[in-house]
Amino acid sequence: MVSIKSALEELNEEYFLPGNSCCAGCGLEIALRWAMKALGPNTSLVAPASCLNVVVGLWPKTAPSFPFINMAFAAGAAAATGLDAAFKAKGYKFPKGNWDKMTALVFAGDGGTTDIGIQGLSGAAERNTDIIYVCYDNEAYMNTGIQRSSSTPHSAITTTTPFGKERYKKDVPRIMEAHDIPYVATCSISEPLDLYEKFKKAKDIKGCRYIQILAPCPPGWGFPAEDTVEMARLAVKSGFWILYEVENGKKTLSKASKRLLDPEKRIPLMDYIQNQKRFSKISEKALVELQNRIDKQWKLIEAELKCQEGF
Amino acid sequence: MTESKQKDFIQPRQTKVVKGNVATAYAAKSARVQVISAYPITPQTTVVEKLSEFADSGMMPGTQYIKVESEHSVMASIVGASIAGTRTFTATAGQGLFYMYEMIHWASSSRLPIVTAIVSRGVAPPWNIWADFTDVIACRDTGWLSSFVATHQEIYDEILMSYKVCEDFDVLLPKFVAYGGFILSHTSKPVIIEDQDLVDEYLPPLPDEKGWPHIFIDPERPMMHGNLIMPSGFYSEFRLKIHDAMMRAAEKIKEAAKEFEKMFGRSYGNGLVQKYHLDDADVGIMIYGDLALQMEQAVDELRDEGYKVGMVKLRHFRPFPIEDVQEIAKSVRVLGVVDRATAFGSPTGGPVSSEVKAALYNTDIKTPILPIISGLGGREVSLEEQKDQLKALVKMYETGELPEDLIHGTLWHGKLEVK
Ligand SMILES: Cc1ncc(C[n+]2csc(CCOP(=O)(O)OP(=O)(O)O)c2C)c(N)n1
Ligand code: SF4
Ligand SMILES: [Mg+2]
Repeated sequence: MVSIKSALEELNEEYFLPGNSCCAGCGLEIALRWAMKALGPNTSLVAPASCLNVVVGLWPKTAPSFPFINMAFAAGAAAATGLDAAFKAKGYKFPKGNWDKMTALVFAGDGGTTDIGIQGLSGAAERNTDIIYVCYDNEAYMNTGIQRSSSTPHSAITTTTPFGKERYKKDVPRIMEAHDIPYVATCSISEPLDLYEKFKKAKDIKGCRYIQILAPCPPGWGFPAEDTVEMARLAVKSGFWILYEVENGKKTLSKASKRLLDPEKRIPLMDYIQNQKRFSKISEKALVELQNRIDKQWKLIEAELKCQEGF
Repeated sequence: MTESKQKDFIQPRQTKVVKGNVATAYAAKSARVQVISAYPITPQTTVVEKLSEFADSGMMPGTQYIKVESEHSVMASIVGASIAGTRTFTATAGQGLFYMYEMIHWASSSRLPIVTAIVSRGVAPPWNIWADFTDVIACRDTGWLSSFVATHQEIYDEILMSYKVCEDFDVLLPKFVAYGGFILSHTSKPVIIEDQDLVDEYLPPLPDEKGWPHIFIDPERPMMHGNLIMPSGFYSEFRLKIHDAMMRAAEKIKEAAKEFEKMFGRSYGNGLVQKYHLDDADVGIMIYGDLALQMEQAVDELRDEGYKVGMVKLRHFRPFPIEDVQEIAKSVRVLGVVDRATAFGSPTGGPVSSEVKAALYNTDIKTPILPIISGLGGREVSLEEQKDQLKALVKMYETGELPEDLIHGTLWHGKLEVK
């Protein structure tokens, strides 16, 4: 992994420029900045309807310094599929060009991924289309005013779950694993170097790559803007959000999560949720259930890792 | 494969007996489309199948064929591919077209010259897979050019002409080429597949490395496409530009048809409309799609009986040939307009007849119009029935009175008696 020191020296190139209209402390902004540092300018980004469509700035101003397409809500994966096909067709016609170096990237919210866009995403993954699909996960529809998504966790209050969501967060990385694609990874904006490394790796892999980034949202979750990174860190430390990679079917826990296999090392869930207004109505019972759910997730991963040893 | 290898697949002019859908696939091949994306739906399926055969057997070298999981993804992927500067093609029908509706707008508002064949079918429920143009007409206001074709050869020819029009930098809009499900799609006729060199000469060259002038993917010229625009921004002006381009397209369609005739010897009127015995006619009938073919015979037979009837085949619905329609309406004494489609709650219940009426408003043309709806959901319209439609018009001309059995002012012809 790159060191913080060299990262700060080497990775000073910015592609998502200042002047964008993200809220203060926006997790999405950190996610995109670091992802682009790894991917570089030969990337064309497809952004389905989401906060990202707005924060890039109002026409004719714009913050990204690379090709960027605003796209219909459900159409992220398919539009990137079209770009990829065109890059290949262009490369055939103009073999001297740089078409083979282009990356078709989707940067979608959790709504655009786990809800309305999941059909297109599943299709692209099943075809093993040569794209990188990123879900920046702020666990609700933020652009339209904090409504629930499949990715909203249990007990979280949103404007459409005023008493807390009943269902649990949909585990889309696992669904993507089941598509048998070459690369699936989870990231957190609290671990930018891990994120950077994962995008670097993904860039050089052919086929469909899926990366989901936990990207806290201060107004959506109800915490002070200066706590975004801390919030993401607590999500990882509590074991709520697990960082791992799956390369050609083989799962590896990432550094920040690896030690948490030992339940003793995980901080209590309460430490993560207590400073978020969205969890302000969580019941004792729900808290226990949520904790159990986390423990179960880890047991499953533990079993998987053991099982893999035999492969 | 390299460019030079592509030469191996260049076909000389040949006549093949093929289904309409196969003619469609041949047109895409002749146009050297670079990206195809498609999803099967009756009665379009054989287009998808034939193109798979062409692409997967290496007959379309360099062409990428994306076999997506839905029509929404068809148009999304085609939009992506077209933005990156490739010539693209797809085909769909009925429900498939409705399912891609959101992306239909994405294509036209992005000013992408995408050509799409519509093998028109009825609207569900109840399920109906037979000829009915309500599907393509439901996309009337999307900013897509649209045309109806009547013969197998015309499918092939019109798709080629469409690329010429759509890729013209003064137009840059997508286009539907519609034909009736089963009637053309699943029957076989001889179709001339033109010499590749001639087609290459007729069509504009494939987009160069930089892509289209207005939209492209190029890290050296990073472009933001489609970000939020305030009401005070140029939104309204962008819309006007689409309308302008659509209106300009009328001339381009005429030029493309003229050039096509010069190069390949087949004529389609002025491209927008095609007249049949209309010059000296007292009674005219406007009709579109495959029903026009049989109507020619109906006209012939009535002429044999001494009636001065004539027909105009409407080839383009968008842009609507306003001047042609006015001139035709002026030249006859009575005009019938046959719709194989519905427009509920519109002035006539038929989409084209409503447009014809609108085109005549505020002119000095007082020719009575008889809206006719016929052949919905693929219902057979016999030669006798078409002759009856003409006779109803003749009677109208002779008596100066509208037929008695109109429903909301329209002749729903060939309707079953409901008890
Ligand atoms: C077809 C369609 N339905 C609904 C919307 C409205 N809409 C725009 S963005 C959005 C929510 C986006 O949520 P998410 O993907 O999680 O991104 P976020 O805004 O949270 O960053 C919705 C519902 C839309 N643009 N298109
Ligand atoms: S609402 Fe949340 S995700 Fe959207 S810009 Fe603001 S902080 Fe970022
Ligand atoms: Mg969200």
